[in-house]
Amino acid sequence: MLKHQLKLLLSAASLLLAAAAPAQEPLKVGMVVEMSGPFADIGRQIMNGARAYVKAHGDVVAGRRIVLIVKDTTGMAPDVAKRQAQELITNDKVDFLAGFGLTPNALSVAPLATEAKKPMVIMNAATSIITTRSPYIARVSMTLPQVTAPLATWALNNGVKQVYTLVADYGPGIDAETQFKKTFTAGGGQIVGSLRTPPNNPEFAPFLQRIKDARPQALFIFLPQGEQPVAIMKGFAERELDKAGIKLIATGDVTEDSLIEAMGNAPLGVVTTHQYSVAHDSAQNRAFLKAYADISAGRPNFMAVGGWDGMAAIYEVAKRLEGKIDGDRAMEVLKGMKIDSPRGPIVIDPATRDVVQTIYVRRVERLKDGKLYNVEFDQVQNVKDPGK
Amino acid sequence: MKPGPAHRTRSSRPPLAEIVFWLVLAAGFWLWPSYLPLASQVLIAGLFALSLDLVLGYAGIVSLGHAAYFGVGAYAAGVLSKSGWGEPLSGLLVAGLCAGATGFLTSFLVVRGKDLTRLMVTTGIGLLLFELANRLTGLTGGNDGLIGMEMSPVLGAFRFDMYGKVAYGYSLAVIFALFLVMRRLVNSPFGLSLRGIRDNPARMVALGYPVHRRLIAMYTLAAVYAGVAGALLAQTTQFVGTDVLSFNRSAELMVMLIVGGTGMLYGGLAGAAVFMVAHHYLSGINPTYWQFWLGAFLIAIVMFGRGGVLGACLRLERAWRRRMSRSAAP
Amino acid sequence: MITSLLGVLFDGLAYGMLLFLISVGLSVTLGLMNFINLAHGAFAMLGGYVCVLALQRWGLPFLGALPLAFVISALAGLLLERVLYRHLYHRSHLDQVLATIGLTFMAIAAASYVFGPLQQPLQVPKFLSGQVSVLGVDVNVYRGFLLAVGALLTVALTLALERTRFGAAVRAAVDKPRAAEALGIRVGLVFETTFAVGCGLAGLGGALGVQVLGLDPAFPLKFIVYFLLVVTVGGTSGIKGPLYAALLLGVFDIAGKYYVPQIGAFVIYAMMVILLVLRPQGLIGRK
Repeated sequence: MLKHQLKLLLSAASLLLAAAAPAQEPLKVGMVVEMSGPFADIGRQIMNGARAYVKAHGDVVAGRRIVLIVKDTTGMAPDVAKRQAQELITNDKVDFLAGFGLTPNALSVAPLATEAKKPMVIMNAATSIITTRSPYIARVSMTLPQVTAPLATWALNNGVKQVYTLVADYGPGIDAETQFKKTFTAGGGQIVGSLRTPPNNPEFAPFLQRIKDARPQALFIFLPQGEQPVAIMKGFAERELDKAGIKLIATGDVTEDSLIEAMGNAPLGVVTTHQYSVAHDSAQNRAFLKAYADISAGRPNFMAVGGWDGMAAIYEVAKRLEGKIDGDRAMEVLKGMKIDSPRGPIVIDPATRDVVQTIYVRRVERLKDGKLYNVEFDQVQNVKDPGK
Repeated sequence: MKPGPAHRTRSSRPPLAEIVFWLVLAAGFWLWPSYLPLASQVLIAGLFALSLDLVLGYAGIVSLGHAAYFGVGAYAAGVLSKSGWGEPLSGLLVAGLCAGATGFLTSFLVVRGKDLTRLMVTTGIGLLLFELANRLTGLTGGNDGLIGMEMSPVLGAFRFDMYGKVAYGYSLAVIFALFLVMRRLVNSPFGLSLRGIRDNPARMVALGYPVHRRLIAMYTLAAVYAGVAGALLAQTTQFVGTDVLSFNRSAELMVMLIVGGTGMLYGGLAGAAVFMVAHHYLSGINPTYWQFWLGAFLIAIVMFGRGGVLGACLRLERAWRRRMSRSAAP
Repeated sequence: MITSLLGVLFDGLAYGMLLFLISVGLSVTLGLMNFINLAHGAFAMLGGYVCVLALQRWGLPFLGALPLAFVISALAGLLLERVLYRHLYHRSHLDQVLATIGLTFMAIAAASYVFGPLQQPLQVPKFLSGQVSVLGVDVNVYRGFLLAVGALLTVALTLALERTRFGAAVRAAVDKPRAAEALGIRVGLVFETTFAVGCGLAGLGGALGVQVLGLDPAFPLKFIVYFLLVVTVGGTSGIKGPLYAALLLGVFDIAGKYYVPQIGAFVIYAMMVILLVLRPQGLIGRK
């Protein structure tokens, strides 16, 4: 009888001691993102998405408190990004590196992830080769070829046989152009012309005129988010290329959710492919939009979803490893991880550590609330990055 | 007349302040061990700013395209390393030569005309090279950047490490050596003739100096220094992006030099230190505020703080010395 | 073939005219006061934002917003001239460059803070959109509008400079400020007014340009190179030089991008370097 009471007392005491034990070291996530300069919006969206996730799911995982340490790369500055990552690793002793809105910044940090054995979660940068630069990189965003190939297929299946391409003349643009040409010609289509516009080009008139004179069935564009999609949409409508019978198809970057309002009526009816639309109809997306509204006014876009899903991956790793983050074991957890993203279900490919996801075909429509949306009407599931 | 060690023309004994300065930098391994990567980049920016000072402060050419030579040097070192030759010091040599050649060839375009013309020509050259780098994707990696650089250990023994220790020591040694060379040069007859050209070109021509040739020589030398700085950045980060050639880099460089003070040899280094350290801390707080207050600070420097930070320090030093000597007098 | 050439010419002239409108103030400032104003783009940006605000918040029609952009930018110019620029006239070009870069940074940060970093939406009225067919060539209505406004303003400016007393005072002050002062011309007042008008024109250009060049806080730095290009190539005595330079650069840029798109961006920079090496004083300039 006494022995039994003693046992009870001992177990109660040990429970109390465990509860009163000092909290573990916080789980630090080093965010290397663009918060100032011309690409400031990328960093802002990623951070909003990440912070929304933390707020919605609580900042304690596996007994550790999640802390986001934000370092501003100031834009396209791989030397600064590398230096920031070095400080995050050696001074702040982060458990994860995350963020990475721009390709050069991610590429310069990759060797550090390998040397320090730190898991590096790419939340936005979209060039194929990034995940090949270190075995500690996993991506949750997208790649340009992954998003472009289904568009070419859709075009072929919908009676488009001749296409003129126009892309921005830099890495992702060339990726998109190459992939589109590859898929389109493999399916019997004909590329009637290709243009690569200077990366900071403000005036599209001569290019649009050249395209109009060539009278293709359709025009495929890729331009990075910012002022260029707005300019080309306006130019397309102004120059009446639609009245000349030219269909406009593009990757979703061109009709990106947060930008589309600035385009007036020009984008109505444009067909794009992308991994995320604010109009996506799912419970996860509704939860995401609600959580995002708690953090920031304005519309989220696919970069915010990248931030959200990146944090989801980090939380999952922390849970499965019970808070003890080791680089190699973290990568084992990340490989093959399934995430219930606001965009739809996604998987991190165990072989390439790149994202495998559904790519949606959408059309721009004005919905009942008077605003423009990318409305999904078709999809291709389990699309891997064709670039690998 | 700009303040500075101009009074000690044929100086063989450097002032105590200079010696202490370099000793403090050498002690950086103990003074700021967690910030060595930042310190390395400050040193590199300081060297880059010194190269602009040669052109701007000593020769009087206003240039917003100096990043062109920095970029040529960076890509030269990068391409060399990627092609398999990873020895650092020889990489610096090659980079310096490439940048110097570029500087020499473009100098003919730059030494003519007035301020605004030279400003635009230098900017144009910078922009042209930027476009070129973007386009030659096979060579430079284009917009994504040059990956695959493998650096051999410095002097066969010191491998570039994650903490930035070797990078710091290497950068410091190279920059110290180059500073010594430049110090001798600006205090030599050649250097003095350049200052004469800056202050009164007509008189220098009348005195029979080959003004044109001197300017070309100085511009080429400045390009070499800028190229070495670019190569140092490429080697210590093992990466080259097109930003090394951007207009932004040229403009920021000029700001750093002005903040530190021109024509004083150490102005560039002082300006780079103040600018980059301030940026590091303040932009973390709020990036928009940083830009606003930087702008205000620049205007303030122009209106009130002649000679930049270093100029202000030197003025304070002289005022203090005057007070000391006055109080010492009977 | 001919129609496409005419089309390119038309687009190029319109683009050049826009550049001229924005840059003419800079040219006059430089010629008149030997002052390098790198913050000129900020006045254009101000005009653009005023136009956007006028259309979105204050419900003005587009054609009504344009004069407002002019007036507000001119007033801003007047204010800054009194407060800042006046003290910099006799400083070195380097000091001017630095101070105006500082001013530009402040303008960009302020615009970013007030309006956010994204593109501003702007809808031009229906009667200014779309295409019309003129002599078999498809002509963009808005660009035709730009050409018309530009031509009108050029005529007005030329008349003002050559036929009015104030214009004579400006020309005298440019050529020989001290003699002009001795003759009783208040050179200081001339500077102030001309600077304000230049800034006002920049603002008007900025407002007209939103449809073509877009508008975000980075505008001043993005386009300053183009404006300086026009001024440097055009020279600084009078407004014909910058006009020809702007039109030339506009046509070559557009034609380059249409006929040889692979080297499109190079054309404008290469042209500038070549022109400046051949004629360092500009197309129509004094040595």
